[in-house]
Amino acid sequence: MSRFKSSKSKGSPGINTSSLPDIIFMLLFFFMVTTVMREVTLKVKTKLPQATEIQKLEKKSLVSYIYIGPPVKSALYGTNSRIQLNDTFATIDNIQEFVAKEREDRDEADKKFITTSLKVDGLTKMGIVSDVKQELRKAGALKINYSTRKGKKEKR
Amino acid sequence: MARKASPEINAGSMADIAFLLLIFFLVTTTMDVDTGITRKLPPPVENNEEDIDVKDRNVLKILVNSQDRLLVDGKPGDISQLKYKVIDFITPHPGNDEYPEVTTKHIDQLNMDITVSKGIVSLKNDRGTSYDMYIQVQNELAAGFNELKDRFSMEMYGQKYSALIDNDKIDAVNAAVPVAISEAEPEDIGGK
Repeated sequence: MSRFKSSKSKGSPGINTSSLPDIIFMLLFFFMVTTVMREVTLKVKTKLPQATEIQKLEKKSLVSYIYIGPPVKSALYGTNSRIQLNDTFATIDNIQEFVAKEREDRDEADKKFITTSLKVDGLTKMGIVSDVKQELRKAGALKINYSTRKGKKEKR
Repeated sequence: MARKASPEINAGSMADIAFLLLIFFLVTTTMDVDTGITRKLPPPVENNEEDIDVKDRNVLKILVNSQDRLLVDGKPGDISQLKYKVIDFITPHPGNDEYPEVTTKHIDQLNMDITVSKGIVSLKNDRGTSYDMYIQVQNELAAGFNELKDRFSMEMYGQKYSALIDNDKIDAVNAAVPVAISEAEPEDIGGK
């Protein structure tokens, strides 16, 4: 009877790992495709306020961002809220220019769908935000989105 | 003859390289979806354009001062009550002088006439108001209008507004419950 036992009684066979790279590559490609690299380095702190009635912002390529908040390097730039467009600090006067440039970068058909997302720190005073809004009105960028975090239903 | 088959490349470390790249992308990936309250700004006004007169009873005035305190229709208000105030104000009350005027509007999608309130919520804030407070007020106003849309949608389609998929239905609800929020130019009373 011993001839049937010839190849048994060895340890468990090793798992075939030759397809492991393929699996990992699949995951890798998934993350590569979904990754959105951060385009700007933030120079201002934007701790967004919370809200419950929020909508998702679709089509990220059609959104331009304006950041308003106290500078990160407060020792250098003070604690008053500043406006950041792209990578630099800006003033109210730069906003129309910024909107025009953002509009130039988009396709003709998409121009009317451009949304301006305001990422504003919760402690900022409304004065600066209102100024920005007035400038956006003058520039014709009427679709805006107050960026907020999803918050709890009742805060207090 | 030196025609040996070329030696096979050792692919054992392939997985390690892939892992390294994978971990890099895992770390750098941000999957946050941008969310927020979407609003449409009014187009810039021409100087020669005259102010449109709106009857006093048609306007719900909300003022926010630089101390983040609310004044709703001339009385100090509370943020938690604002939503109900808006719902109460905008819900049509035909024949009641305390509430805004009503008008009948023909909704094409439904092919019927709907009683719509002519009420407008007017929001005015100080330059010293904090953005946090402003967003809370906007949020409550949005909550009020969303509630009204839900009610109308439930009545007509038996579904909540957010659950509607058909664009015609969404347009019909939007036409029946217009989001009438007017923002005045901010004042500088409280200082910065």
